[in-house]
Amino acid sequence: MKELLQVQNVKKTFKISAKQQKIQKTKERIKVAVDHLSFTAYQGEVFGLLGSNGAGKTTTLRMMAALITPDEGDVVVDGTSVVKSPAEVRGKIGFLTSELKLEEFFTPNYLFDFFAELHGVEKEAAVKRKRELFEKFQISQFAEVKVANLSTGMKQKVSLVISIVHDPDIIIFDEPTNGLDVLTARVVTDFLLELKEQGKTIVVSTHIFSLIEKICDRVGIIIDGKMAVCDTLEHLTAGKSLEERFFDIYAERAGESYEK
Amino acid sequence: MKSNVITVMKKEFTRFFMDRRMVLTTLLMPGIMIYLLYSFMGQGFVSSHEDYQARVCVQNLPESIEAMAAQGEAIVFSEISGEQEREQAVKELEEGEEGYDLVAVFPEGFEEQVAAYDMSAGGQAPAVELYYNSANTDSQSAYSILLEVLDTYESSLANKFDVNPGENVYDLATEEDMSVQIFSMMVPMLLMVFLFSGCMAIAPESIAGEKERGTIATLLVTPMKRSHLALGKIVSLSVIAILCGFSSFVGTMLSLPKLMGGEVSINANVYGIQDYLMLLLVILSTALVIVALVSIVSAYAKNVKEATSWVTPIMIVSMLLGVTSMVDSLCMTEPVWFLIPLYNSAQCMSGIFSLEADMVNIAVTVVANICYAGVGVFVLTKMFDSEKVMFSK
Repeated sequence: MKELLQVQNVKKTFKISAKQQKIQKTKERIKVAVDHLSFTAYQGEVFGLLGSNGAGKTTTLRMMAALITPDEGDVVVDGTSVVKSPAEVRGKIGFLTSELKLEEFFTPNYLFDFFAELHGVEKEAAVKRKRELFEKFQISQFAEVKVANLSTGMKQKVSLVISIVHDPDIIIFDEPTNGLDVLTARVVTDFLLELKEQGKTIVVSTHIFSLIEKICDRVGIIIDGKMAVCDTLEHLTAGKSLEERFFDIYAERAGESYEK
Repeated sequence: MKSNVITVMKKEFTRFFMDRRMVLTTLLMPGIMIYLLYSFMGQGFVSSHEDYQARVCVQNLPESIEAMAAQGEAIVFSEISGEQEREQAVKELEEGEEGYDLVAVFPEGFEEQVAAYDMSAGGQAPAVELYYNSANTDSQSAYSILLEVLDTYESSLANKFDVNPGENVYDLATEEDMSVQIFSMMVPMLLMVFLFSGCMAIAPESIAGEKERGTIATLLVTPMKRSHLALGKIVSLSVIAILCGFSSFVGTMLSLPKLMGGEVSINANVYGIQDYLMLLLVILSTALVIVALVSIVSAYAKNVKEATSWVTPIMIVSMLLGVTSMVDSLCMTEPVWFLIPLYNSAQCMSGIFSLEADMVNIAVTVVANICYAGVGVFVLTKMFDSEKVMFSK
């Protein structure tokens, strides 16, 4: 299988402001968010990143999406380096995270056209894709309603659709079902499976075990910015539930801090 | 990806022009409010002088003064006699009671005393007492009106020569000259202020606002070049800032004759197409510089509030530079001075409005401003690229 996405020994640190030092009760001035992390996603597979809050999942995904640059290491997306050609990488991937908001003044219809134009999608192709995606997610009903007037679930559907406006082969989703009601979460999960069937390479970050079990081929567990385990779902669980295995690994790696 | 600058511009224009509230508050309201405010102020000023009649309580009113005051129809006299009545009138005036605006006391036989007075003899001149309340607008106006009548009376007593008698035209300034004078003095500063205000109303919202709301990050994950985003934002915001400034400018120009009591007629026909073209070039390049400056500050700020507070001192500096067009000693003509941003714009506008535009200086100004705006686009591009700037919290 083709290695479509390679995360190569990436490290990312952030400066901690005096205010944050007080809040976090630490004297450290630098926080290592991701510590020499590596993994590979193969063409057509769904790779799940599992970890607790603050483990470094989102930072890893942001580096993969060329939104931030690694301090060390590199991410190679379909042969293109994030460090050397970030704009090219952005054109190859679809990235969805809760941090990315939609301008509330505009309608889903306008935003789809706008982002299609930014991604250089031909007009005819954009019209066709909009029709397909809007139908699939039932966005047509509120396509002309301003984002400000949409519910959280509707906004998430629009965000998802806009993130894949250019039909990318590599899709990176950060907590795609977070904050959604069960119905919308189901729609998103089904869509991820559909994308998998289409042969798309997907990297999903989540802390919802059932989502990982349902859609992922391989899983990486991140603890304190480091890759604790990276294996196929079958090997990793070895008869146990993913949740059980996660806590076993977490207790083993995080040690005292977890046991407390 | 070449069209991304246009795409960003289209989005910025849509965002602005489709938002009725924004168009109303930043584009229409300033012009309308300025027009109404200035017109109201001017109207109030004129009507207060035209309609006002001073109510003067007078003792021993001389016929000559009465006749002179009757010509202007601005004074209504009420005669009193005796010390008691006078004291009562002064007391009422002091206590602010409705009735009189002023109490005037002439000595008995005032005209005879004036005729008999010999200044060279050094005696005491006949004294007129005017009691008024300077804290009361009507009383202050009554005082001014009566004082003017008395001055005219005094001048008529020793009329040994006249200055500009008859109805000949002695002021050789034409209406156009007056317009040129007013435009070159006031408009450069006003334009600078209006351009900056227009920019202040939109740029922090468009850049710091997008950063604050997290919508700019959504743009940053697209393959669009950061420079396209920066250029698209700066050019579209400049156009909107010019429109906002134009609204305020039109409001001011339309209300200016009213503000000046209708005594001045301003005629912009004195300027030709060439002047307007030069003005347009200067304004466009100035708007680019201002928007670039405000955009950089806005990109660095964490939110709109912070951006606005940081931009305010820059606006004050810009206003001060605009004022230089009013001070002759600060008006330099050497081209090197026209490399100073904003100062160059104010001076060029002043030159154009006074019909003394120097083509070299205008060229230096426009080129320098475009270069500064280019530097602004470059800096903004770098800022959009900087995760520390764009994702700092």
